[in-house]
Amino acid sequence: MKQTAVRRAIWRPFLLAGSVLATLLVWGSDQAAVRVEPTDSVGPRTLEKQTETAVIRDYLQAWNSLSGALDQNRVDLLNRDFVGTAKEKLVETIREQAKLGIQTRYQDGKHDIQVVFYSPEGLSIQLVDTVEYDMQLLDHEKPLRTQHIRARYVAVLTPTEVQWKVRVFQAEPE
Amino acid sequence: MKSKLTFLLGLIWVAGTHLAGAQTSGLRLPKTVQAGTPFSIQSAGSGKAVLYIVGPAQVLRRDVQLGETISLAAGDLHNAGHYTVILVGGSSTEDGAFDVTAAQPAALSLIAKPSRLPVDLHGGISGVAYIFDTFQNLVLQPSHVSFQLAGVAGAPQTRTVLTQNGVAWTKMNSASKEGAAQFVARVGNIADTRVIQQVPGDPCSLRMNVRASGQRLAIETEPVRDCSGNAVPDGTIVTFTEIYNGGEATVDVPLKRGVARTEMPAYEGATISVATGVVMGNEVRWGKE
Repeated sequence: MKQTAVRRAIWRPFLLAGSVLATLLVWGSDQAAVRVEPTDSVGPRTLEKQTETAVIRDYLQAWNSLSGALDQNRVDLLNRDFVGTAKEKLVETIREQAKLGIQTRYQDGKHDIQVVFYSPEGLSIQLVDTVEYDMQLLDHEKPLRTQHIRARYVAVLTPTEVQWKVRVFQAEPE
Repeated sequence: MKSKLTFLLGLIWVAGTHLAGAQTSGLRLPKTVQAGTPFSIQSAGSGKAVLYIVGPAQVLRRDVQLGETISLAAGDLHNAGHYTVILVGGSSTEDGAFDVTAAQPAALSLIAKPSRLPVDLHGGISGVAYIFDTFQNLVLQPSHVSFQLAGVAGAPQTRTVLTQNGVAWTKMNSASKEGAAQFVARVGNIADTRVIQQVPGDPCSLRMNVRASGQRLAIETEPVRDCSGNAVPDGTIVTFTEIYNGGEATVDVPLKRGVARTEMPAYEGATISVATGVVMGNEVRWGKE
């Protein structure tokens, strides 16, 4: 009896570490791999590290919002991260999806981001993202097809009171 | 055993490549389409099917007849982006992809900063122009943008810049003469204009004259101008300071019609100085030397 208790005590840290590792792996699998090109030559305004971090964080968060909004056909999920033309176009897509009974599930897997322009007055920042993602189409909740996509997105972000929001979001031929 | 395994793997590979070919063999798509233009998709086979054209920017669903050309009219697909095409027939599903690119420039968004600045400032005005087509797609094809800053005097400043990823920017100098300037960005016959107010800069030199006026001193500046000769705006505060026998008196006076006037007590041997902002003027010693 005493031996069993000792064995349990020995294994407990390993079990705990194992479960933490497993949790991290599961959590990690949902996170896209992100690579950001060096921003030393971005201009004309100097891009401070803090600004760069905030822009990348808010841009990736925008992908999450987009994914949830298009999956659930919920326009309100776009409010946090999109403004202007980008938001208007996504709203239009969601309304059309809802009308047709369609859902689309976007799962971004890999981002290769390059900040290409930071305007002199600091009011807009542009980045180009070569992104890989899976898109699953559902018609009346029936999955039809999942396609792995690699596309080059151009995004323009503008600052708001507390964060950067995506104003232009557009894929272009690679 | 080994040969059986090789055969099985080979079979899987052949079946895999065949299926992959079948997915796209019947569906003929354009590689790129210009936003808003009509285009067609060729399908193979027979029977009814549903065509989906899906992207974050737009989504379409059509009931189609396999084997026929599927036509999409002008304006059906107007948002630039990457689109996935899925054709679901009775027994098979095919897919493919294509891109929609922006149409010709039709709108220009000019951000000009600041809207008000001092005269004679090198590179003081910045202009950023984003180019859009008629469907509000960012035009990523390079275009020449002409920036022009035309003020109240002198020749206009002009720069031509090629867009990169749909954006062009420049910096301009403010003119030496105060007044409103028109800042215009132009692509072809599309233009956007902003007004930049150019105001006089800091006073360049400051001089005052002091004379006796009864028991007091009448003090008056000469017309206060910036280094380009523009009159400094009325309301600008000028400070007169008088130091006498260990005492000090200070008077702040706003400029009125370009000059500042005041009266101060007349103390023998007093020193009177004048300043505005960070600019110091002349100093006058009153009375006995």
